[in-house]
Amino acid sequence: MSSDSEKPNADETPEVKSTPPATKKPEVELPAFEKSISDKIVEKFGDKVEVTFVKEDRVGIKAGRENVHDVAEFIRDALNYDHVESVSGVDYPQDKEIEVVYHIGSYSDSSLARQILVLSTRAQREENPIPGNDATKLPTLRDIFYSVEFHEREVFEMFGVFFEGHPDNRRLLLPEDWADLPPLRKDFAIKGR
Amino acid sequence: MTGELPPGLALQKVDERIMTLNVGPQHPGSGHMRIIVQIDGDYIVACDPDPGYVHRGEEKMAEYRNYITNIPHLERPVIHDSCNVLYPYVLGVEELVGIEVPERAKYVRVIASELNRCIYTMYWLAIYGIFLGHSTMFMWPAGDRELLIDLMEKMTGARVTHAHFVPGGVRNDLPPNFEDVCLRQVNYFEKRIKEYSAVFYDNPILIARTKDTGILSREDAIRLGTTGSVLRASGVDYDLRKKEPYDVYEELDVHTNVMKEGDSYARSKVPWLDMMESCNIIRQALQKMPKSGSVRTKLKPNPKGKGLDSVYKRVESGRGSLGCYIVSDGKTEPYRLKMSVGSFRNLIALPYLLKGEKLGNMPSVYWSLNYWPVEADR
Repeated sequence: MSSDSEKPNADETPEVKSTPPATKKPEVELPAFEKSISDKIVEKFGDKVEVTFVKEDRVGIKAGRENVHDVAEFIRDALNYDHVESVSGVDYPQDKEIEVVYHIGSYSDSSLARQILVLSTRAQREENPIPGNDATKLPTLRDIFYSVEFHEREVFEMFGVFFEGHPDNRRLLLPEDWADLPPLRKDFAIKGR
Repeated sequence: MTGELPPGLALQKVDERIMTLNVGPQHPGSGHMRIIVQIDGDYIVACDPDPGYVHRGEEKMAEYRNYITNIPHLERPVIHDSCNVLYPYVLGVEELVGIEVPERAKYVRVIASELNRCIYTMYWLAIYGIFLGHSTMFMWPAGDRELLIDLMEKMTGARVTHAHFVPGGVRNDLPPNFEDVCLRQVNYFEKRIKEYSAVFYDNPILIARTKDTGILSREDAIRLGTTGSVLRASGVDYDLRKKEPYDVYEELDVHTNVMKEGDSYARSKVPWLDMMESCNIIRQALQKMPKSGSVRTKLKPNPKGKGLDSVYKRVESGRGSLGCYIVSDGKTEPYRLKMSVGSFRNLIALPYLLKGEKLGNMPSVYWSLNYWPVEADR
């Protein structure tokens, strides 16, 4: 018993020691250029947005579902980002929310070539989803960034997040007659696991 | 009636004048996907790509396996380019876990990924050639890529699906005398691919079939978010090896090949020019690489991230930017893993390019997108 209880302690202590410097470090020396990008967004939207992280070449912005369209429009028009590289869904069953993360980059502005702006927003998660006909909805960003078209279709079929205003919300990768849960939700389990 | 049907199953009314053709998924000219085209006479009026026939759920599988056992299955989307497919994942895990990579391992990775880029591009070029009815262009690249496959076999022990990159470096050090053999084979390889211009790229039949077909303007290439050779063939100077150098690309002299035309011909030529650039990079890396030293930082068993964290890493693969978004919740498995692949991003250009094109030009436009169906489906 005693040896068992010691071992986890011995493992835990270096982890506890190592984590505070890792979280403190970026707060001290935030990259200046990335900080200026997040400052511009905060200046415009105030407490409607939340800066989740500022790392080297990456800026994380979180917006509510009612603001995400405006924030994306501002990012395109005022900050010169011009395309979306990736749209990912992340399922958080314990928060009863599904997060949708847009990775936005820029080809036309050479100072932003290294930068990725990570814009995330969250949709309400349903216990028993009926994709397209339940409360799991978000406004589409296709009218702002044309490049999200197929990415948003993929998030719809894999997570059941319906994008309001998207002209083409059909399935993309899954079979047309797929009748199970959206497969990348956490409650869809792989057989035998 | 249609209101009751779920989205995606709604019925469509078809014009009497328009014929709908299903190209694929069994058709050899489409790869593992279906392209639904609507034609009016010989002209395509609408095109609807339908991928998903080789969807294997890599992202779901990754949530059930730890960071090390994820390596072999994550390279399956493009077995010819397996080092580049793994590259962003490995870089991401290194940042999540917080380990340093030895200098020599970084050079070995660059050499392996450039060799893989050539191997992939040769395979693509062989398919591109045969679907334009040019049998020589199928035989030559299929034969010449054996040179580089032999090199990869010497380096990793496997012809394809090497599983060579691991968080912390590479699995094994280079075999003795590898540098000399590599230099010799790469030099010969470069000499060979230069001969392709006489038989293929300067061939008047190829030029007649691909010039001015499927033109993607610079503005549209940016707006559609295309990447890799498709983007560079439309005049956008963007290569991640130059713009966001990872590992040791900063210390190497990388030239970005850009063409302004934006047609099928330019899109088919840029990967070929990139292969010569890859040969240059390999020669530089062989010269600058430390001659000895460790190639792998040992990980602790069952590596895990530090609490709730996310990372997005990207590299330039044979088909363009390849991003890997990993969300970690402090466990040994990724909470969520998303691969944003070049093929999937370039697919959006297909309906756009085929509209108004002749049906006979479909193969040249489709394959010039440097599209790999298995990668797009994941």
